[in-house]
Amino acid sequence: MGRRSIIGTSLAVVAAMTLSACGGGADSGSSDTVRVTLVNHVWTENIRKALPEFERETGLKVEVTQLGEDQLSDQYNVKLNAGSSDIDVMMYRPLQEGRLFAKNKYLADLTEQANGSGDFDLADFQAAPLSATTYEDKVVGIPIITEQQVLYYRKDLLEKSGFSAPPQTLDELKAQAAKIQADNPGVAGFVSRTGKAAAVTQFSSFLYSFGGDFVDGSGKAAVNSDAAKQAYAYYGGLLRENGPANISTDMSWSEAMAIFTQGQAAFYTEANSLYKNATDPAKSKVSDTVGFAPFPAGPAGSKPYNIPSWGLAVNDASKNQSNAWKFIEWAAGKTQTLEQQKAGVPGARTSVWENPEGIATYPKDMADAITVSLANGVGHDRPLVERVAQAREIVGQPIVDAITGKDAAASAETANQGFQKFLDDEAR
Amino acid sequence: MSAVTAPSRPPRGAGVMPDTPGWARWANDHRKWLFAAPAMAFVAALIIFPLAWTVYLSLTDSSGSVRAESEFIGLRNYLDVLSDTARFWPAVGRTAAFTGVALLVEVVLGMAIALLLWRPFRGERWVRVAILLPLVATPVAVGMMWRLIFDPNIGMANQVLGWVGIGPQPWLAGQHTALPTTIFIDIWQWTPMVVLILLAGLTSLSDEPQEAAMIDGASAWQRFRHVTLPLLMPTVIVAVLLRGIDALKTFDILYATKGRGGGSFHEVETLNVYAYGLSFDYNEYGLSSTVLILFFLIIIGLMWVLTARRKKEEAAR
Repeated sequence: MGRRSIIGTSLAVVAAMTLSACGGGADSGSSDTVRVTLVNHVWTENIRKALPEFERETGLKVEVTQLGEDQLSDQYNVKLNAGSSDIDVMMYRPLQEGRLFAKNKYLADLTEQANGSGDFDLADFQAAPLSATTYEDKVVGIPIITEQQVLYYRKDLLEKSGFSAPPQTLDELKAQAAKIQADNPGVAGFVSRTGKAAAVTQFSSFLYSFGGDFVDGSGKAAVNSDAAKQAYAYYGGLLRENGPANISTDMSWSEAMAIFTQGQAAFYTEANSLYKNATDPAKSKVSDTVGFAPFPAGPAGSKPYNIPSWGLAVNDASKNQSNAWKFIEWAAGKTQTLEQQKAGVPGARTSVWENPEGIATYPKDMADAITVSLANGVGHDRPLVERVAQAREIVGQPIVDAITGKDAAASAETANQGFQKFLDDEAR
Repeated sequence: MSAVTAPSRPPRGAGVMPDTPGWARWANDHRKWLFAAPAMAFVAALIIFPLAWTVYLSLTDSSGSVRAESEFIGLRNYLDVLSDTARFWPAVGRTAAFTGVALLVEVVLGMAIALLLWRPFRGERWVRVAILLPLVATPVAVGMMWRLIFDPNIGMANQVLGWVGIGPQPWLAGQHTALPTTIFIDIWQWTPMVVLILLAGLTSLSDEPQEAAMIDGASAWQRFRHVTLPLLMPTVIVAVLLRGIDALKTFDILYATKGRGGGSFHEVETLNVYAYGLSFDYNEYGLSSTVLILFFLIIIGLMWVLTARRKKEEAAR
């Protein structure tokens, strides 16, 4: 009797603690408060400003949690893994986490609502972005932001070195970068991301423009193709020879952008969705001399990526799914998408690109560059797999090897073996 | 201790008023368990359960989602991890190098500073406050600060080197200089803690042995080597133990300066950073748990060696 009651008491205390811990999160049935988790992004700033309008119209209350990209990922890993219901709407990266989340059944099926809403007009979305938020024929997310890679450059430096136009080809890019670097001590000819995983997305346009891809038509690893080897050697070589001195191999967009906006580099290849960082005088020393151009053509032409970088989804464990959908219907609807587009966030709806208003606010050269990207763009900027983080590290190794002066071709061979093994593992 | 015997258990209900309700009698009879229950439940819920769960996960192939079905695969993860020469063993090496070097420098430097601060002097309070500043700064802020200082192009460190005619160094950006640089940052931040502990030990020492040695004509070094140090040894071991465990588990500085995976070449990937990457980047919960359990065993082992040594020394005295 004695021992059993001790265990009983302990269990009761544990149970009480557990229950009280859960009490905050679990609400039965739908609530008037929609809990939305968003990433730090211009899109988020804009949507927060528009929120009162949505709250007035629907009578719902929106609670926003805003996090940095890495923290957002970690948050999802913990909360979704635990089946937590305290996230209703989640902003996520369809190409980075989309497949994994869908496979883990973290994302609610939105097919019915998306098709059922007349004003929402699912058919208005561009095919490639929508396919990235579709899993096994079910719509599990709505793309909200698209990204195309463009060339950022410094008009003043080009002019000083006697170039009348930005480079049309990768060969010209290399030549112009070298000349500008020679003419301006302390200024690098070129900068871009160098981190093993971070660089993969920006490297992808080089890969496609040389005629390669991460995976070939039959689904085999292809990062050891001649085109891929050339692309690795070119990208790494450009950074090694014409990049900033003492180049770090840890740079993501924020570090590379800082070098460009501090006036220390002439060319920079990056996603267009970040262009406000370069044109905003508060953030950039080169705001009035920055120009934009289409991605330079390689042997296979100019083939930049054109991808859905962020989407909205409903947490499958949310008990507030119908209100969560109302939020998405509004935030990804035609009106808001146009507003976002006008504020500099490229959308995924065909209508906003066809509407002259939609690109009127972009710098003229940026709008032209985007038009080229939309026409030739490739719909992915990283391997389309489930475990994207691992895949990026594998195919990114030759990039950092090339930057540090190792044999890019040999590294590509090694990476290809590793990547094929990874693909085989994943197929099992 | 053995001379004191616990009073023999009083008969049930003894000392309780006759009209006390049954549950209160029961509670009175089991009071030692009842009072300990919250603490026991706390330990069970927050230490034993997570640990047991981690051990369980390490024996499965859990990946993707912990709620997804996983298979019990026995010790296969352990074999995989222990035969992994690409990531695991280099991470063990880096953890050992980071901890060993940082700890050695921190204890030697900490001892020197503590000895300097031991005797009262003018402005002592200000110096003490200044020395403690790195300790109270948050590690992530410290990481960001040093990242700026050590930036190869615009950082202050290379500017200062330039003044004395030394060329720019890659610091955190270099494949072979990143780990030493993070060790330097750790030393900068945590030496004050060692100083604090050793200073507390020093001030509690009595003056007589020192005076006796002085009368015997011992030099300053002899007094330190044969009087102060042996007396201070228990404190030194405490400092080594606390700082050592902390250094083994360092995460914040490494993550703030080099990011995920400890850099593109895993330059500063220690066991902790590796385990974090396995679970948060790769979603390999089974493997990650295995690394964590092995790491846990390593820490327990080291702690055991150190405390055993301390006990031996105490027994020898």
